[in-house]
Amino acid sequence: MSALSIVAAVLQVVVVLVGAPFVVGGMRQVRARLEGRAGGGVGQPWRDLRKQLRKQQVTPRGTTLVFAVAPAIAAGTTLLIAAILPIFALGSPLDSVADLFGVVGLLFLGTVALTLAGLDTGTAFGGMGSSREITIAALVEPTILLAVFALSIPGQSANLSAIVSATLDNPGQVFSLGSVLAFVALVIVIIAETGRLPVDNPSTHLELTMIHEAMVLEYAGPKLALVEWASGMRLTVLLALLANLFLPWGIAGADPSLLAVLIGVVAIAVKVSVLAGLLAAGEVFIAKLRYFRVPELLSGSFLLALLAVTASYFLATPTR
Amino acid sequence: MTWIGKIRRVGRIVEPAPAAPEPTVAPPTGVRGSLQLRHVDAGSCNGCELELAGAFSPVYDAEQYGARLIASPRHADGLIVTGVVTHNMHEPLLNTLAAVPEPRVVIAVGDCACNRGVFATAYGVVGSVADVIDVDVQVPGCPPTPDQIVTALRSVTGK
Repeated sequence: MSALSIVAAVLQVVVVLVGAPFVVGGMRQVRARLEGRAGGGVGQPWRDLRKQLRKQQVTPRGTTLVFAVAPAIAAGTTLLIAAILPIFALGSPLDSVADLFGVVGLLFLGTVALTLAGLDTGTAFGGMGSSREITIAALVEPTILLAVFALSIPGQSANLSAIVSATLDNPGQVFSLGSVLAFVALVIVIIAETGRLPVDNPSTHLELTMIHEAMVLEYAGPKLALVEWASGMRLTVLLALLANLFLPWGIAGADPSLLAVLIGVVAIAVKVSVLAGLLAAGEVFIAKLRYFRVPELLSGSFLLALLAVTASYFLATPTR
Repeated sequence: MTWIGKIRRVGRIVEPAPAAPEPTVAPPTGVRGSLQLRHVDAGSCNGCELELAGAFSPVYDAEQYGARLIASPRHADGLIVTGVVTHNMHEPLLNTLAAVPEPRVVIAVGDCACNRGVFATAYGVVGSVADVIDVDVQVPGCPPTPDQIVTALRSVTGK
C-alpha cells in the first residue's frame, strides 16, 4: 500500500463531504428547471447548512442520549463507508477490514440510529416515521446484499475493490443477465434507501406522508445540519457505488499515480452528476407511491436480485 | 411522451427577477439567501394562503431567492403568520414561536395580521400578530399580492 492510496482514501472522504450538498442542490435544480422555475441554485444546500450550523441548538424536553448522538452516528457511518468504498481509487487502506457485508451493515446502523432517535422524541410523527423507515429498511437491506452478491460471483470475492477490478478486467460481464438484473434491483433499493420518489418525497410538507422527514422533525440547528448532510452523503455514496459497480472506467488502480487519482475524481464527479441528473429528471414524471404499495415495489426488486444471483451462479463464465 | 412535450412547450414560466429591495432586517444568521419559514395560520380567511401559495409557485418562485416553506418549526428560521390571532390559535402561535431556534424572524402577512383588518371588532379575536409576539416585517394588503410577499421575503434573505 503506497502513501498515495492513503491520501486517496482521505481525499475520498473530503470529496464526499464537500460534494454531497452540491449533488442534492443539483438534483433540486434539475427538478426546478423541468417545472419551469428558476430554482435556488446548486449552492442552496450549502447555504442552508452554513446557516443551520450557526443556529441555536434546541433539545426537546424528555429526549435522551439516543436523540443526541444519532446524527453523529448517521454521519460517521456514512463517512466510514466513503473511506471504504472504491470511489475514485481501488485498494483503500480500509478495504480489507470491511467487505460488502460490512458496508451494508454500516448503512443499516445509520438508519437504525435515526429510527431510534425518532422514537426517542416521543412524538406521534417521530414514531410513525420510525416505523415506516424500519419497514422499508428491512426490505431494502437484504436486496442490496443479494444484488451485490450476484455481482460478486464473477469476481469470486465479496470485497468491493475485487468486484470492481474484476469488472475492469472483464468488461463483457456488465452486460450479462445477472448483472443487468442486479442493476435494476440496485436502482430501486437505492431510491428507497435514500428516500426519493416514488418511495418517499424529500420535499413534502405533509407530516402524514413523510417517512425520513418525520423522524427528524424535532432536530434543530447544528444537529439538523448534520442529519441533512448525512442523508446527502448517503445518496452520493450510494450513487458512486452504483456507478463504479457497473461503469468502473476511470477509477484509479490499487497503487495509483497522482494523475490517476485526479482522473478518478473527475470520472466519479461526472458519473455521479449524470446519475443524479437522471434520477431527478425521472422524479418529475412520477408521483409518490401509496405506502402500502411500497413493499410490492421492494419485493419486486428483491425478486430481481434473487434472479440475478441465480443467473450469475448458473450462467457465470469462469474468469480465472 | 405528453409530459416531455408539455415541459418543452411551457419552458420557463418564472417572472423575471426585479432589482433586490432594500433590506428591512439582517438575515437571521448572517448567511444571505437562506430562509426557511414555518407558516402559521392564526385565524385567516385563506385569502392570504392562496397568495402565499402563489408566491412559492413556479410563476413567482420565491425559492430562487432562498426562501422556503418547511414542515417543522424546529427546522425554521422564522414564522410567516397570516390572519388575525384568534383565541384558539393564541397559545399554538406562542408554542410554535418557542419551538423556533434563535435567531429568528417573524413576518406578518396581510391586513388582519398587521392591524386586525376586517375582523377588528370580532369577538373571537385576541389582536393583531404584533399584539401577541414581536413582528419584524409587515406585509400589508387584503390580501397582499405574491409580488409584495416575495419582495418582503427578499428584504429578509438579502438576495
